[in-house]
Amino acid sequence: MPIIADHINYIYGEDTPLSMKALNDICLVIPDGQFVGIIGHTGSGKSTLIQHFNGLIKAQSGHIYFNGEDIYDSDYDLKKLRSKVGLVFQYPEHQLFEVDVFSDVCFGPRNLDLDKKEVELRAYDALKRVGLPDDVFYQSPFDLSGGQKRRAAIAGVLAMRPDVLILDEPTAGLDPRGRDDILKQIKQLQQESGMTVILVSHSMEDVAEYVERIIVMNQGGIMYDGTPREVFTHYKELEAIGLSAPQMTYIMHALQEKGLSVDVNITTIGEATEEILRALGRKPD
Amino acid sequence: MLRDITIGQYYQTESIIHRLDPRIKLGGTLIYIISLLLFKNFLGYLAAVIFLAVVIKLSNVPFRFMMRGMKAIMLLLVITFFFNLFLTPGTELISFWKLTITIEGIRTAAFMSMRIIFLIIGSSVMTLTTSPNQLTDGMEKMLGPFRVFRVPVHEIAMMMSIALRFIPILLEETDKIMKAQIARGADFESGNLIRRAKAMVPLLVPLFISAFRRATDLAMAMEARCYRGGSGRTKMKPLIYQKRDYVGYICLAVYLVGSVVIGRITL
Repeated sequence: MPIIADHINYIYGEDTPLSMKALNDICLVIPDGQFVGIIGHTGSGKSTLIQHFNGLIKAQSGHIYFNGEDIYDSDYDLKKLRSKVGLVFQYPEHQLFEVDVFSDVCFGPRNLDLDKKEVELRAYDALKRVGLPDDVFYQSPFDLSGGQKRRAAIAGVLAMRPDVLILDEPTAGLDPRGRDDILKQIKQLQQESGMTVILVSHSMEDVAEYVERIIVMNQGGIMYDGTPREVFTHYKELEAIGLSAPQMTYIMHALQEKGLSVDVNITTIGEATEEILRALGRKPD
Repeated sequence: MLRDITIGQYYQTESIIHRLDPRIKLGGTLIYIISLLLFKNFLGYLAAVIFLAVVIKLSNVPFRFMMRGMKAIMLLLVITFFFNLFLTPGTELISFWKLTITIEGIRTAAFMSMRIIFLIIGSSVMTLTTSPNQLTDGMEKMLGPFRVFRVPVHEIAMMMSIALRFIPILLEETDKIMKAQIARGADFESGNLIRRAKAMVPLLVPLFISAFRRATDLAMAMEARCYRGGSGRTKMKPLIYQKRDYVGYICLAVYLVGSVVIGRITL
């Protein structure tokens, strides 16, 4: 189920004095099963772009093709699109509303007009997959901790069994342990089910650790598009637009300046550890 | 989507009218309305037109914004016009079927319709040149004396400015929640009235929770900065009359006297 963006343009508030061009001729292909990260400074257009993928926002010019079909066709079923392209907004716990967690997670599949049994099966499955224990299922969503609420909200989208999962800053406001947990869970989901995952993030480390492809957005356009390694070699340019490289890259550069011959294009802790040990002539345990 | 709504109608630009104290604008609008209600002939409207034209020109607000208010009352205007046209007794002019148009009818219809039009344009001038916060400040200052009668003037003004402050925030929140639920397959558009009312639950519950959460946080933040209510509280931008305000009051007085005199002489 690849997603293709074809010359997408979008302007906020077109006829008002406050109009702003959010997306400028975006052309993008996201193939099936890829784990993509989208990074960019605030206002770069990332949130606007992802809302085009499930038809929440309609581009003023250009087309979006999902699985070969133009979603702007007059007879295209957008509701069905949204069951295939799941979007988890920032601070998704704000969308919780039902009397208990289980009912809230059922909301999504119920909107797909599935029969009761199927709805409950999917809800149960989704809750399990985000790692929420059984005793939480029938509590009020407002009685949960922040991290639990977030998982419940993500489960609400997973219960629709989307082929593509888009997450807008899923780790915002979580402590380091919470962030690790959620991201590891997402990676696991992706590997198990072959879902396409699009991760919008402000954290270079998160993105470097988990994704296979990074798209850098700046002022409504795509600046870089490649593997984490490739993208972070441009760390000077990234700094100029308000981003940076992962901490590891800077550490590697600093080590090289001090005389240790290491590969400076390392982006994750795991790779760094191996590389440093190798440069020191020691074997990793 | 929802962020396109501007609160009230405030049109931001630089002009002497914008810089006037909100109290004079509130008072001035009142005086203008009173003058309109005291007119007995069409000459009064001439005076009002001149007055309005000068004020509008000085305000630097494009005229088409004044006309926006007309859209809202178009129905009322049409009804007023036709009711007065056909139902005023007097000397007959034309008659068809059971409907009669009298000379008095034409006059009254025109007179009443013009009154409504002038009222709307005049009030629009005020809301277009005064921000909602300025209006609450102005009203708080003007209603100050009522504190003697135990009217909680400061509290009311504070509630109004907080409410105004939160309108765009809550609108944005509504937008976000709506999108999040639509992304889960919610449908806010189709179905009969009952179905659509039910569909509002996933929107209203999170919105209320969010509003209460913000209210609690705001109250805490205000208390943490020593807010204890209005007694003894000073203002950062107190409303102090400037020379231009005194000039404005004089102009208003001249207009009131002049237009009412002109407007009431029997032709």
